Amino acid sequence: MNKTLLIIGREYLTRVRKKSFIVLTILVPLLVVGMYASIFYFAIAGNREVRYVTVLDESEVFVNQFRDSHNIQFSYTGNSLQEEKRRILEGDQDNVFLLHIAPFEQIPKQVEIISSKQAGIDLIEEIDGQMEQVLRDKRLTEAGIDTAVLNRLHVNVSLTTTRLTQQGESQTSAGASYGVALAACILIYLFIFLYGVQVMRGVIEEKTSRIVEVIISSVKPYQLMLGKILGIALVGLTQFLLWVALSLAAIGVIKTVFADNAELSRLEQVSAMQQGPDPVAAQELNQDADQAGATNPAMEVLRALGTLNIPLILACFVFYFLGGYLLYSALFAAVGSAVDNETETQQFMFPVTLPLLFAYLSSFGLITNPDSSLLFWLSMIPFTSPVSMMVRLPFGVPAWEIALSMALLVAGFVFTVWLAGRIYRTGILMYGKKVTFKELGKWLFYKN
Amino acid sequence: MLIVRNILKQYANHVALDRVSMEIHQGSIFGLLGPNGAGKTSLIRIINQITAPDEGEILLNGKRLQPADISRIGYLPEERGLYKKMEVGEHVLYLSRLKGLSRSEAMERVKYWFRKMDIEAWWKKKVEELSKGMQQKVQFIATVLHEPELLILDEPFTGFDPVNADLIKQEILELNKKGTTVIFSTHRMESVEELCDSIVLINKAKKILEGSLSDIKARYRNNTYLLTYQGDARNALSAHPEKFRLLSHEHDPQNGSGQLKVQLMNGVGSNELLEILIASVQVQGMHEVVPGIHDIFVRSVKES
Repeated sequence: MNKTLLIIGREYLTRVRKKSFIVLTILVPLLVVGMYASIFYFAIAGNREVRYVTVLDESEVFVNQFRDSHNIQFSYTGNSLQEEKRRILEGDQDNVFLLHIAPFEQIPKQVEIISSKQAGIDLIEEIDGQMEQVLRDKRLTEAGIDTAVLNRLHVNVSLTTTRLTQQGESQTSAGASYGVALAACILIYLFIFLYGVQVMRGVIEEKTSRIVEVIISSVKPYQLMLGKILGIALVGLTQFLLWVALSLAAIGVIKTVFADNAELSRLEQVSAMQQGPDPVAAQELNQDADQAGATNPAMEVLRALGTLNIPLILACFVFYFLGGYLLYSALFAAVGSAVDNETETQQFMFPVTLPLLFAYLSSFGLITNPDSSLLFWLSMIPFTSPVSMMVRLPFGVPAWEIALSMALLVAGFVFTVWLAGRIYRTGILMYGKKVTFKELGKWLFYKN
Repeated sequence: MLIVRNILKQYANHVALDRVSMEIHQGSIFGLLGPNGAGKTSLIRIINQITAPDEGEILLNGKRLQPADISRIGYLPEERGLYKKMEVGEHVLYLSRLKGLSRSEAMERVKYWFRKMDIEAWWKKKVEELSKGMQQKVQFIATVLHEPELLILDEPFTGFDPVNADLIKQEILELNKKGTTVIFSTHRMESVEELCDSIVLINKAKKILEGSLSDIKARYRNNTYLLTYQGDARNALSAHPEKFRLLSHEHDPQNGSGQLKVQLMNGVGSNELLEILIASVQVQGMHEVVPGIHDIFVRSVKES
């Protein structure tokens, strides 16, 4: 055991000291922070900036009909189009817009927004929506419908999805679940593959540099293999935890930078409350926030993320990464031991990684239906469960299913490590031999 | 010290060792010889517990070989290498700690050996920066660092220039003098002659020859003598055809010197040959032609 620790130590330290490890460890959190910061930027800056729209209404239908929103203010003018255009040109301001509405007969074609800078999508949609409403109201009134009835017609439906579980109701966001599931699926696939291949490379390196016989005169081949696998697992874990820690720290910094923003802090409260024990209060706050930022997509993302059980997802991610990695890296180690150089690995790599690849590729189709029976079985089979379970997890999975899947995964990697150990001990001492699957099968039953 | 008893090792389609036994004495240098593919490496791996025999057993100091005995054996395999990216000092430390030395103990000994071999400057260098010969030197140090009782060296001199090969040879002899038993496997017969006390020759998985070097040589003596003389030996030689056979004869009629190689018939002593020759020529020198280990090797392998 002591010697296995020594091997783990060497495998770990040589990799962690590499420049590529350090670069990657710093780069990824920067990327995450960049993404997060840009979401915040759009959530706050996009909302804050008030835009002034001057309405030049030749149809005279829309005068005083536009309602100001929290970041758009309307004013009306009787000046000529030329004058207004000149004013915009001279002013050269980003937040000043001219809405020119042609005489009524030409509506809805002849409506334009004139500005020195391109108008944003949200502004266009807002004006578009309001104009449509005004026109619809006007036509309905003309058709003889009472204004009181009209007012009652304006109903704002905001659809939320609520999942009923034993623990109580919890608000969910299908969009966020979808996004997180996809990200987790891609990440875990990449992680298992990346670190698994590192194990294989390490084994081939030991074999081609011929150090392996020196080492196994001191330790059992099984110890060497296990030490390598565990050492690299620790590297992966270190990298992942560093990413999470660095990202959280950096995000924390960003939050304090933007902390004076009242809206943001309320938003924070909402997501905090939603994970907390008081769903009613959370809902109220949520509605508050809804009114404030319902139209802002960046805000939606932040709020939706808050509805997910992030700690559970992270914990499961670590577990399934480790489990899947152990399972596959053992097989990779066996492949590495059976060949003389990396080019020869292809014939084995494909069949070995096929289940993982299948789980990964099928996820993109199955993600739209996370409770399908195919995905259920995939999330139980140890060879596919690391990827497939991560796809299901954000949508909510019963505890017993997670437990069963985890237990099966543990059994799975114990089996593959055992299997790989038997191939490995024969393979590492075998040089200059083209190995087939039949040959590998024989190695399994060698006495020692 | 080490007893190999009835070892049988079979692989899927061939027998690597067919009930091989041998005994290696404490403090000896033991030559394990044989042509390529004879089963030497298989046996060495079994002694190192890298693989297990199908049948038979190995006794170290009278006790069956245990996993813990690994630290009492030092093994320099024929196929050897180092981690290319590792620093030399760290690497040797790592290998010696795998043999069970504590960190401080390992550190002390690595420093001692680096000083002894005059390679202290290499400590921080990466292995890949060293030449092949330098790497071999590092490897040798790593093999003997934990002061093993039994040292197994498989082709230890390959990759060394003559100066360093000599250095390593002196180290081996020194260790042997201090009591280390050495198993030495090589194809270089001159180093066998030079170093080994006793040998075993394996061919096609079977032991075909064993014994101390002098015994084996004695066994392969065939009563052949080489004589140098002055004068004319022809009459003397032809007079007794039943006593010896002439193998070669060179004679320089100008100064009268000659050299001849004869094989004595059974029961004929070397003195008889001398008596016959002394009568007609001036004998300047005579010595027995003993077969070299090289010839014995080749002959035994061919005969088996």
